[in-house]
Amino acid sequence: MSDATEPALRTEEMTLNMGPQHPSTHGVLRFVIRADGEVMREAVPDVGYLHRSIEKIAEKVGYHGFMPYTDRVDYVCAMFTNQGWGMACEKLGGIEVPRRGEYCRVISTEFNRIASHLLTVGLMGMDIGAMTPFLHALREREMINDLIEELCGARLTFNYMRIGGVAWDLPPGWREKALAYLDHLDPILAEYNALFSYNKICIQRLANVAPISAEEAINYNLVGPNLRACGVKWDVRKDMPYSAYSDFEFDVPIGHGEWGTLGDSMDRYMMRIYEMKESAKILRQALTRMPDGPVLAKVVRNFRPPAGECQVRVESARGDQGWYVVSDGSGYPWRVHVRTGSFAAMGIIQKLSRGLMIADLVVLIASLDVIAPEIDR
Amino acid sequence: MQNWIDSLIAAGEFGKHPPRDLVYAAFILVLSAVVFLGVAFPFAGIVSWVERRVWARIQSRVGPNRVGPNGSLQWLADGAKHVLKEDIIPDEADARLFKLAPYVVVLGFVLPWAVMPFSSALILADLNVGILYFTAITALTVVGVLMAGWASDNKWSLIGGIRSAAQIISYEIPAGMSIFPVVLITGTLSMQGIIRAQEWEPYHWFLFSNPFCFVAAIVLYISALAEGNRTPFDLPEAESELVAGFATEYSGMRYLLFFFAEWGNMFIAGALITTLYLGGWQAPQLSSSAVVMNVLQLLSFNVKVLFLVFTSMWVRGTLPRVRIDQMMSLCWKFFVPIAFINMIGTAVWVAIWPDGNPVAGYVMFALGVAIAVLFIQRVMYYLKRSRMEMYLHPTI
Repeated sequence: MSDATEPALRTEEMTLNMGPQHPSTHGVLRFVIRADGEVMREAVPDVGYLHRSIEKIAEKVGYHGFMPYTDRVDYVCAMFTNQGWGMACEKLGGIEVPRRGEYCRVISTEFNRIASHLLTVGLMGMDIGAMTPFLHALREREMINDLIEELCGARLTFNYMRIGGVAWDLPPGWREKALAYLDHLDPILAEYNALFSYNKICIQRLANVAPISAEEAINYNLVGPNLRACGVKWDVRKDMPYSAYSDFEFDVPIGHGEWGTLGDSMDRYMMRIYEMKESAKILRQALTRMPDGPVLAKVVRNFRPPAGECQVRVESARGDQGWYVVSDGSGYPWRVHVRTGSFAAMGIIQKLSRGLMIADLVVLIASLDVIAPEIDR
Repeated sequence: MQNWIDSLIAAGEFGKHPPRDLVYAAFILVLSAVVFLGVAFPFAGIVSWVERRVWARIQSRVGPNRVGPNGSLQWLADGAKHVLKEDIIPDEADARLFKLAPYVVVLGFVLPWAVMPFSSALILADLNVGILYFTAITALTVVGVLMAGWASDNKWSLIGGIRSAAQIISYEIPAGMSIFPVVLITGTLSMQGIIRAQEWEPYHWFLFSNPFCFVAAIVLYISALAEGNRTPFDLPEAESELVAGFATEYSGMRYLLFFFAEWGNMFIAGALITTLYLGGWQAPQLSSSAVVMNVLQLLSFNVKVLFLVFTSMWVRGTLPRVRIDQMMSLCWKFFVPIAFINMIGTAVWVAIWPDGNPVAGYVMFALGVAIAVLFIQRVMYYLKRSRMEMYLHPTI
């Protein structure tokens, strides 16, 4: 006979190990989940499986030689890491990038932003069980990859930029192709919304899941689309203009919580769709107003910036990316540090996961757009 | 069938005084082997190929197109590959249950073929409780899935198994209730009896016989998707959440058996809906020859079932997956009450018009056609819109 004070059926928490090999962790991530059936008590992220000592490598390969390694910091949007490294070195060395070079940087990074957001949006589809949006998104991304391949010869790890500008000018005929793609993108986004974003099941799955308040987002140091989804209007391109961004008209979309709570997964998801439209707006302006001139400033091969330190910020597809470089006057940086959006996003997962279902954790990871290589570097 | 065996025995085909039970058992074994190897497995295999092709088309991919014409023998290659693979049983697994589970699942998929009404003559056993047998046997799948989830000794498998049990048992209720209206109208549980109560014209199908039946058919279709673990209810094997659900630890032939059962179950669910609501094998009387008529009926039945199978592929290519609590609330808060209303409504309908309302069929059919036309228009609109310059001329 069971005692009256004890529950008749003994239940216990289940510890689940999600990852490092798991289909929906977007790379090599690991979560230790304490779950009560389908409901999670807590999910503790375990980072470090993809650490490649990229920052340390910078201290050994020199300023010019580090550029290809920056591609590997975030291989989904490598243009931004290229640009971040380039800008940091230019600031240290006091190099002025030619105007056309800045435009090339804006064009390549904005195309890369669209490609990265397409992947994020598609992965969200895959994570909630719809394969079709993922493959449709990748199909559009392939076209951007084709364009960028024509630009710099690579499809994933671009190595397009150099200290002082970009490696190559736009090839002939490229501008028309790029504009044709932008005309193609608008109806695609409408179709994508009709197929997936405004689908009843999709809204049910994403709305009201893991909402983040604006205050919380700032406290946890969220950046980029994740921060803007909470209603905070902060975009480095607009608020601290770098490169040629002060030349262009564009909006900074923020979340409004139309589908549920402000700052929920649906807001974070839709932020990517809105940003693709804004990127297309910037690209149209940049492609039509492109000035003439060189694309690469003269930089000595044996680049030795004066001793000092600098910090630059780039608005990458995953948010405010900070590059901190210390030079001791030699040909090798003394210290390099990259501050990435995905790492900040990982910090809030543990707090948000309390009380969510296991299926929601997958949505949460996808909506925060966590990319494993960028967390660990 | 039994009469034929009896007459064979009486004619002395098996010796003078053969043990009757043994002859029956031998016949049953041979017939099940024929059904299993000759009908069910090839069907499930071909459906797997068709699904991959249809799905690929929806996702603008190519799909398997190398083995055989258009890749149509891909399922044979896959089957051979899986059978030749090592059969891994994890050390910590409950080996006996682990080995048994796929067979239980396959049993739930093979046995319904015994009452599958392909045509007026092509049915193995026209049981007088056909529908009851059908629903009871298909629910056997849940035992196998739960067994697999438990015996694997893997937490993801266990969650998958439990999800599956919760899902299939819950959706049995609206599915069972949606069968009831037809049984009320016909007063029989026999598959052939239900089909004979309908005619080949769509407005004489039970789908359009009254508004309640129309709703019941939709409820039954969605419940069948849920029972077959199909998108949007593919939670038990949700690959992005549970790795591969209850099948995580399986490999080789045992893994294959689960998926054969899944593809075969699509046909079975389609056959159930076709029998109940879409007039089964009923075909226009074009010839007086029984053989020709049976072929026509076979065609009519299969076309309807394959259409339903195709729609389930289409749904799979379009919709995301619901969450477990949403799936449960959909079942208990919407489908179960609706199914009850359908049942009561049909009972009242039958009480008022015991022989059916002649006008209702035409009105409901017109309504159904209107819905179909609206739907097709919308699909055509999206099809036209998705033909963009960039896809037609990728080099611009």
